[in-house]
Amino acid sequence: MSVAQANKPTPTGNSAIGKIISWFGTTLGQVLVSIFVPAFTFVVLWQGYMFLQRANAPQIVQVIVAIVWGVGGVALLYLVTNWLVMKLPKRLSRVLQPFVFVGPAVAIMAWFLAIPVLRSLVASFRNNLGTEWVGLENYKYAFTDPRMLETFRNNLLWLVFGTAFSVGLGLLIATLADRTKAEVLYKSIIFTPMAISFVGAGVIWKFIYTYKGTGVGIQEIGLLNAVVTGLGGTPQPWLNLPPWNNFFLIIIMIWLQTGYAMVILSSAIKGVPSELLEAARIDGANETRAFFSIVVPYIKGTLLTVTTTIVIFSLKTFDIVRVMTGGNNGTNVIANEFYLQSFTYTDAGKASAIAIVLLLLVTPVIINNVRQFNQSRRGF
Amino acid sequence: MQKKRVFWSALAIMLIAAMVLGACQTTTPTAEEPTGGENVAALPQGQELANAYAGMYTGKVVTMAGPFTDQDEVVFNDSIKGFEEKTGIDIQYTGSKEFEANINIRLDGGDRPDIVDYPQPGLLRYAVEKGYAIDMNTLINPDWIKQNYSQAWQDLGTMTGPNGDIVAGIWARANGKSFVFYPKKAFDEAGYKVPETWDEMMALTEQIAADGDTPWCIGIESGAATGWTMTDWLEDVMLRVAGPEAYDKWVAGELKFDSPEVNEALDYIEAIWFNDAYVYGGRAAIPTINFGDAPKPMFENPPKCWFNRQGNFVTTFFPEEAVAGVDYSFFYLPPIKEEWGKPVLGAGDIYAVFNDRPEVRAVIQYFSTGESLKVWVEQGGAILTHNDASLDWYVDPVTRGVAETIRNATTFRFDGSDMMPAAVGAGTFWKYMTDYVSGSITRQEALQQIDASWPK
Repeated sequence: MSVAQANKPTPTGNSAIGKIISWFGTTLGQVLVSIFVPAFTFVVLWQGYMFLQRANAPQIVQVIVAIVWGVGGVALLYLVTNWLVMKLPKRLSRVLQPFVFVGPAVAIMAWFLAIPVLRSLVASFRNNLGTEWVGLENYKYAFTDPRMLETFRNNLLWLVFGTAFSVGLGLLIATLADRTKAEVLYKSIIFTPMAISFVGAGVIWKFIYTYKGTGVGIQEIGLLNAVVTGLGGTPQPWLNLPPWNNFFLIIIMIWLQTGYAMVILSSAIKGVPSELLEAARIDGANETRAFFSIVVPYIKGTLLTVTTTIVIFSLKTFDIVRVMTGGNNGTNVIANEFYLQSFTYTDAGKASAIAIVLLLLVTPVIINNVRQFNQSRRGF
Repeated sequence: MQKKRVFWSALAIMLIAAMVLGACQTTTPTAEEPTGGENVAALPQGQELANAYAGMYTGKVVTMAGPFTDQDEVVFNDSIKGFEEKTGIDIQYTGSKEFEANINIRLDGGDRPDIVDYPQPGLLRYAVEKGYAIDMNTLINPDWIKQNYSQAWQDLGTMTGPNGDIVAGIWARANGKSFVFYPKKAFDEAGYKVPETWDEMMALTEQIAADGDTPWCIGIESGAATGWTMTDWLEDVMLRVAGPEAYDKWVAGELKFDSPEVNEALDYIEAIWFNDAYVYGGRAAIPTINFGDAPKPMFENPPKCWFNRQGNFVTTFFPEEAVAGVDYSFFYLPPIKEEWGKPVLGAGDIYAVFNDRPEVRAVIQYFSTGESLKVWVEQGGAILTHNDASLDWYVDPVTRGVAETIRNATTFRFDGSDMMPAAVGAGTFWKYMTDYVSGSITRQEALQQIDASWPK
């Protein structure tokens, strides 16, 4: 506002009316218009959607109109706003123009991310239906209930073993594949599971772990039990064996995530200058020494980024557990408990508290990741 | 500069003028025409059903969601086909194995199916408390509801919403759960006799095991609802060990899970379930076998297991070629303590409505008649709650026997887990019973966990 006022118009006359008109025309008018025109455009676009929702057209027509309306509408909103801002005095327009570009993204971020987080935070202090304040009751549950303690333990297992093995194996394979002729082939094989969704992987591995029981005329159809009985062992209900069933689930994540770690790390390893490695070898370093003293420090940034990404994955683990065991038999994880509380037990309060706890757990990792990313960006 | 100011002034004046005009404009009411039907005489269920039969809603779509899938879904679609053909209303039913988990998401998210088939009144209570469910008395002629449902069913369908008590739903199928199915032909050939008491049943169990067979087929896997078969067993045995009054207290949360009564009931169950010689696949296989697959080994020749305690709806999972009364039959799960008589545990499907449109009214009015599920009854697997349903519809002797057993029961109790709060009845009760059966936790841990999860 002060910027607008500082930009005084040339006076047209000395009469009071002229002044008012002049003020009206420039300052207030501009502010009003810059707020209302985009808002009006937005309302028109919104009404278009509402109309579309009520319209009884065939679905395909509705979809096409919606796409055209949506894409065109966003363009229109941008054009109108930009045109208005360009009409404003130069100083003002320079200040405002970035917001025309960033504004929508920020608004959408706020709408879809910031507001839901705040709402969850509020809901976490309220009861199961969100009708009364209950103080810290939900957090007491989230941190002390045996169910939650079980999920914390399991998530810790996922975090430690899932991440360690995914990154470790990824690094090992990337290093070894780097020295073979059929590198592409090996890497493709390891990378393929990456393309499978967690749910799909869960279904596949369910066949591997299937257990049919023991008794007259019962045949095992599970791959793992076939291997075990083939070697003379007795079949096991793999997914019902706490705490080992957690590891059987973690193996699935390792199977899926090793490929990701491998691909990223492989490209980082290729970036290690060969002069450095040669110098190390001339100085008498063996391969192990060269690997840990040259390669690993050189790719440290990438290693950290990959690790933090997989750490976040393991903290958020949900799909595999949901599909394979539903969280039964001591395999429950935080995200699944959140899901159960929210959608099965209809306790919005506890679910929100758990979601906030999960958010708090992931936040430091994300901050670290962003910081790492910024550092590596500066390096280029 | 002069030009620019003129532009702004003009724009501002136009804007203000537009706002003034907008404020003056009165909102034209978009009242929809009340559904016609001046020419069509109302049916006892309501005006809209008569309109529907007069073809006034041809081409309209009514969406429906529910938990039954596979064979049940086919039979349901068969049973509504006639109505769809007569009225031209398209009832689009979507069954989901994750029904219990995602129906509340759909309701909260505003994606409300017109009609929802709830297998559990406990789950419906949430929708009622949130104010989503529409009072049936406004959708169907209240007199018809009173006439066509017994007081017990009406009471079970009445729930407290934000604006007081409403008839939250109407009952469709009922089922009895206190039944043990067995392969009749092989059973008779082997010279076994139907047990009348629990002790006789256990003696027979031991005899079958001694003959080198596995007596019981038990499986409790059911996707997101894994464990409910176990909770049914516990409820059934509770009725036989502790009696209906203790059962009611237990369901209401007044009697703890970790109580002598529940523990005694579990003793009886453990004697069967945790004996690897008595259960097909052994105790460890129980949580991995689907409840619908569990009875299948019964129909192999010779049978690989002999008893399957389940609700009467399980017959839809039996092989198609199996003939009721010849290949299989059932006996009533015998009483344990004489003083509690012959209690029957049962359950039912309740339909709730979430969108009020004329064609939805027509469909729900239709569902309030026994006629709506006649085909399902004739195909087996359904027992109706409607008073206007005739006993002659039950074509196979097994279902008729089930219907008779329910009628002859000295005590009828509704499935407890369906009556408990959803957090317990559709949650911890299932989960911890599953963990307990698989051996992940001890019985006491399971019972204490369930007690702790009861909403305060």
